[in-house]
Amino acid sequence: MSKNIAIKVENLSKAYQLGQIGTGTISRDLERWYARIRGKEDPFLRIGESNNQNTKSESDVVWSLKDINFEIEQGDAVGIIGRNGAGKSTLLKILSKVTAPTTGKISGKGRIASLLEVGTGFHPELSGRENIFLNGAILGMRKKEIQRKLEEIVDFAGIERYLDTPVKRYSSGMYVRLAFAVAAHLESEILIVDEVLAVGDAEFQKKCLGKMGEVSKGEGRTVLFVSHNMNAVNTLTNISFYLKNGIIEFNGKTDEAVKHYLSNTKPSKTYLSVPNQKISITRVEVLTSETNSVHNQGQPLTIEIDVNMPYYAEGMGVSFQIYNEEETPIVYCYRFDVDKPLLRHTGINKLKCIIPNCRLYMGRYYLHVHLAETKGRTYIEGIDKICEFEVQIIEKSIEWGWQPDVCKYLEDFYWE
Amino acid sequence: MYNEEHSWTIEAKASLFDLKLNEIWAYRDLLWLLVRRDFVSFYKQTILGPLWFFIQPLFTTIIFTFIFGNLAGISTDGLPKPLFYLAGITAWNYFADCLTKTSTVFRDNAGIFGKVYFPRLIMPLSIVVSNLVRFGVQMILFLIMMGYYYFTGANFNISWAICLFPVVVILMALLGLGTGMIISAMTTKYRDLAFLVGFGVQLLMYATTVIYPLSEALKKYPAYAWIIEYNPMTPIIETFRYGFLGEGSFSWSSLGYASGITTALLLFGIVIFNKVERNFVDTV
Repeated sequence: MSKNIAIKVENLSKAYQLGQIGTGTISRDLERWYARIRGKEDPFLRIGESNNQNTKSESDVVWSLKDINFEIEQGDAVGIIGRNGAGKSTLLKILSKVTAPTTGKISGKGRIASLLEVGTGFHPELSGRENIFLNGAILGMRKKEIQRKLEEIVDFAGIERYLDTPVKRYSSGMYVRLAFAVAAHLESEILIVDEVLAVGDAEFQKKCLGKMGEVSKGEGRTVLFVSHNMNAVNTLTNISFYLKNGIIEFNGKTDEAVKHYLSNTKPSKTYLSVPNQKISITRVEVLTSETNSVHNQGQPLTIEIDVNMPYYAEGMGVSFQIYNEEETPIVYCYRFDVDKPLLRHTGINKLKCIIPNCRLYMGRYYLHVHLAETKGRTYIEGIDKICEFEVQIIEKSIEWGWQPDVCKYLEDFYWE
Repeated sequence: MYNEEHSWTIEAKASLFDLKLNEIWAYRDLLWLLVRRDFVSFYKQTILGPLWFFIQPLFTTIIFTFIFGNLAGISTDGLPKPLFYLAGITAWNYFADCLTKTSTVFRDNAGIFGKVYFPRLIMPLSIVVSNLVRFGVQMILFLIMMGYYYFTGANFNISWAICLFPVVVILMALLGLGTGMIISAMTTKYRDLAFLVGFGVQLLMYATTVIYPLSEALKKYPAYAWIIEYNPMTPIIETFRYGFLGEGSFSWSSLGYASGITTALLLFGIVIFNKVERNFVDTV
């Protein structure tokens, strides 16, 4: 390995098992073991499927990371970006040794400090001082090292007065500040940070970002930073990986990676699944007023849902929720068999829901679709995070211009 | 700044026998801080504080004296009944605490283990050491009671085997640790075992010479006493009693047998624990 490479990752993959783990696994383990002694492959691993969460695959093993290769030079600040479930956190977990990879190898130089979560191991009954030592030791610091840094940590967190008070009496802000301070003062050559900046107030977030910038630029340490905040990634890192479905889609300069990410994050407009012997949703589509999944605010929005009924059934119910980017449900639409017969034909049933005056404010939205049998109260299928679309305000204009996050929806109104 | 000492690799398959003892040594400060945390958080916001360590064995002794000693009339090898029971309870409690606490170590620490890496063995080790503190406090109670019976002229005498006390403590700790680690490793996948531990430990106590002497069991149930004899905790408790009170069936061979079983269980425990530790976050 050349002198200045801090981390080298070769053919790294990680498989997760979906569904229930526990019941029946003794028999499955025996099957695995039997396959192994005959020199066969693990019958439950299927290599070559990508991790696409929108479609159901045959095997219940999913590859969260698949054949990842990269090198990071010492002193680089590297951003890792991608949608939820792209494998970012898995990669960080493997790098910080919390979980082992399924295949592949990572080699590196220097001590790793990982901040996957702040305040891990804080004990509420212990004082701030005791927790600094405990948390520091959990993160891998020696007692002497913590002693030396104690003043700096306390100063950064701004908790001098409460140092000997049990942390259960701290405000949540103080708690987080203390936790970040301990981790940020860890002497390590490689720092791994996962969205811890999503906590604390704006001022403290700035302080943390500043500290991280200092760490990578000033002290020449290698930093790996995962975030959804493109702004932070842009200011803190020079190169970035864009992960998509467990594969590195782009590896290069941060601004280019961010561009890739932004242009690539539009998910497929339509949800499709192959009909089988069970009652299931086979298609969901949002028909927006404009092309490219853009909807003009105030125009009618149509949602089409196809359900396959392999046999006759009564008492079905279909509903969906429209979620915004903060994962808050905004709209709920439903239809039940009890009110008006629904899904009574065998075969594909086509449903169409029209929202005549879609008042959603500008922003990105997606659907959660639910299918249930209401008499027996059985939940048949739920499909999360599909059919993302964007609402823009195209026709109406106001003096100030439309600002983001002004409201959740625009009501019809008039003044007298 | 960068030297070979700091280079590392992470691989999909690790050697089963790589016990990472040097890593544990590097994290020794964490071990002490965890022990301190357990001890301090135990009595914070209680009135009696560490006195609580006394209360449980004291009351158990009173109940055992009443039920097994007086009501059931089980012999105590001619020793004062409370002293006989307290000796058994103190030793048994240490073993049982090590076992039960260690057996849930993955579940109890899933939060920390899922976020930060440190040698996982530190956790069970800290459990054994913090229970040692508790055991030490309970030994004081036992010594006080010994003193009381000595001055009231009861019939017991300390034998040379008291020198084996450190050996006995280490055996109890390691036996509890080993068995606990095996169970903890298996409960990450098969939760059923967690239910077994609760009453299993309770039942095991009756298969150990806590409330009766081994000699009595051999006399009354010669056909089944082998169950008790093969239980590795039996020679440990018998040696403990023989050392402090001068009564009990002590033999080098049975103590050697207990040591052998302990070593085997401990090694197996560490290996299986290390194997599970690498991936348990995904299944717990």
